[in-house]
Amino acid sequence: MNFYTDNESLSFYLHHPEMERVVAVKEKDYAEAGQHPEAPASAEEAVSQYDMVMNLVGEIAGEVIAPNAEQVDHEGPKLENGRVSYAPGTRRNLDALIQAGLYGISLDRKYNGLNWPRAAVVMAAEIIARADVGFATIWGLTDCADTIQEFGSDALKDKYLPRICQGATCSMDLTEPDAGSDLQSVRLKATYDEAAGCWRLNGVKRFITNGDADLHLVLARSEEGSTDGRGLSYFVFDRADGGMVVRRIENKMGIKGSPTCELQFTNAPAQIVGERRLGLIKYVMSLMNGARLGVGAQSIGLCEAACREAEAYAASREQFGHPINQFVAVQDILARMRARTDGARSLLYETARYVDLSASSRAASRVADILTPLVKLSASEFANRCAYDCIQVHGGSGFMKEYACERLYRDARILSIYEGTSQLQVVAAVKGIANGAYLKQIESYEARVAEMLAAAPAGESADADLAARQHCLDVLRKATEGYKRFYEMATVEGSTSKRFEHATRALTEVLASIVMGYLLLLDSFRDARYLKSSQYFVRESIGQVTRHIAALENC
Amino acid sequence: MSFKIVVLAKQVPDTHNVGADAMNADGTVNRAALPTVFNPEDLKALEMALQVKDQMPDATVTVVTMGPPRAAEIIKDARNRGADDGFVLSDARFAGADTLATSYALSQAIRQLGKVDLILGGRQAIDGDTAQVGPQVAEKLDIPQVTYAEELLAVDAETITIRRRLERGTECVKAKLPVLVTVTSAAADCRFPNAHRMIRLSKEEVRMINADSIDAEMDRLGLKGSPTKVKQIENVVLSHKESVVLEPTEAALSELSATLIKEHIL
Repeated sequence: MNFYTDNESLSFYLHHPEMERVVAVKEKDYAEAGQHPEAPASAEEAVSQYDMVMNLVGEIAGEVIAPNAEQVDHEGPKLENGRVSYAPGTRRNLDALIQAGLYGISLDRKYNGLNWPRAAVVMAAEIIARADVGFATIWGLTDCADTIQEFGSDALKDKYLPRICQGATCSMDLTEPDAGSDLQSVRLKATYDEAAGCWRLNGVKRFITNGDADLHLVLARSEEGSTDGRGLSYFVFDRADGGMVVRRIENKMGIKGSPTCELQFTNAPAQIVGERRLGLIKYVMSLMNGARLGVGAQSIGLCEAACREAEAYAASREQFGHPINQFVAVQDILARMRARTDGARSLLYETARYVDLSASSRAASRVADILTPLVKLSASEFANRCAYDCIQVHGGSGFMKEYACERLYRDARILSIYEGTSQLQVVAAVKGIANGAYLKQIESYEARVAEMLAAAPAGESADADLAARQHCLDVLRKATEGYKRFYEMATVEGSTSKRFEHATRALTEVLASIVMGYLLLLDSFRDARYLKSSQYFVRESIGQVTRHIAALENC
Repeated sequence: MSFKIVVLAKQVPDTHNVGADAMNADGTVNRAALPTVFNPEDLKALEMALQVKDQMPDATVTVVTMGPPRAAEIIKDARNRGADDGFVLSDARFAGADTLATSYALSQAIRQLGKVDLILGGRQAIDGDTAQVGPQVAEKLDIPQVTYAEELLAVDAETITIRRRLERGTECVKAKLPVLVTVTSAAADCRFPNAHRMIRLSKEEVRMINADSIDAEMDRLGLKGSPTKVKQIENVVLSHKESVVLEPTEAALSELSATLIKEHIL
């Protein structure tokens, strides 16, 4: 089984027209072509490389990681003498990916990376997450390397990045017992050791995913007497240097193959990444945005797995003399699951492309910033709902441990919590709501759809699709007007009022529905099968906005 | 002098993915309707060759196959997994070969490579199940053979030690080089292709070798050189004759599920 080739949507987004610009930016207008044996000379060649390697990712996900997932979930990692050993299946997954050269795929070629853009990296993450979300967290943490590549000194890069490409595992050590969502409260102390010429870390980190990794990026308080985020710096700690023990592995509800650890640092030697005091306000924020996209990818991988489990079961399970997928009540569930998966996926790859384009455009960077919380919020919430619906389709059998859907249900739960809860994604979206950035982006989608409708060729079969698309556009315009009215009503007491704060989640969700409706509508011009999923979000957006306005009008 | 390894490989129809149109009305295989794969036991042989190369970094692995130009796919695959080189014996004069003619063509091609230390191949191909080609190549090259190999235990410039399957157990055999080894499905799975190799090698063509290049007697090639005549092909429907007793434990059930999934039954 190949989790890339059996899912046409992935190739669809890998071959998105905008990838030409994305690749040109990532390849710096093909500066390495002819200089490095792996560097492409055109967008077409680059995408063909992604396609070829994605095939390999899909094969490993389908043939190794997915078959291991259940056993890994049962066995989990073990802690002995302060060291974590992965479940045997996790080790096999890692070995397969290392052997295949699939570590550090986003890193520069000079470090033996593949120099992949984010749009391709998150696709690999989605494929791996479909096989096992818990394992995807371990693999996905190699994204930490991007922070070193972007902000670290040349010496740091030369020392650590080649190791990551060879398979060194990573962790992102942020959370502490009293510093979860509020990272400004981090207390782990970093002091400079003049004699040794390095920093020393002392303190405790908690809930650290893959906590016994080879390399750690640690947020620590470097400025004595400081109490807020401006006193925090970022450090890289090499496990091989000692000074850190794993005190415990958390006993979790899901993603059980991924060791979540409590760490004790005692005079652990570390090196600073970038400049002092910028740890939280610059580097972690950058890392976190990448991680949120990563969780979006994990969520969509899980949605895809849930859809397929549900579709397969509904096709084979017979009741009242028919497979249950012939009953409207079940069809409704399956269609909703598929639409949500399609919508979140379209939004994920749109956002990833903007992240890639950010390297050469401030405007793209601003769009990436507003779309990222929408991806994290929508995809992770959809993953939870898809997992719920998957069990519902299975009926009583889904409640039993024999089917994969119960593992999906448990694994999904963390997605709307880690790397920023859904509530924090709403906080991240508020600025774009208040300054009209989302509306501006929606207007650009609206203009593109209108333009494509005007340019679409007429014809008998095309006419029906055109009419359907025109209808979608009309309703999305109506929903956007409704959103504006909803916003006005919510801010009637000002944009710092409790009334507005209460409405922000709903406003964000309406925006997400409108954006996904437009994106799928645009996709439908390249492949008509996305029209149906677009129609789902068209209905969702108008329904949501109507309900919220009615609620405000009546209370 | 470098240590030279040859792997014999075959591109075969993927019998695990058989669709409704896989058989023609006359009972013959409809090859056009079947996807092709690297013969599974040949992949295991490739892995054993790469394990030798892991231990002897100056070793070279050359993969040899005979078939239509499309068989270049498995040479590319082998290179992506770590083989250094490979070529396809592809010529209309090779067509219709039975095991005798195939082993003759392969052995002549290997002779052209000069001194070869180790030849590895799968025990048999899933489309023919004869298990004759490997041993016949060894006979034609007049070198010893070790069949049913499951594990490489040791190798040096002079000898190789192999664990091989017997009817009721295994034995360890130490053989002097050069030797031909056939590998069973119990051997280690082949490593995955490497992304960097895939990209670097994607533009390199695979060499096609014709019958004129292997110093062969033309009468011993292809249909002409094949005494085997197929009298009849029939469909065989397997019946439930064998049974397996399972302990009612979770471990036994997990093992059964894993086996059924691996065999593509589930």
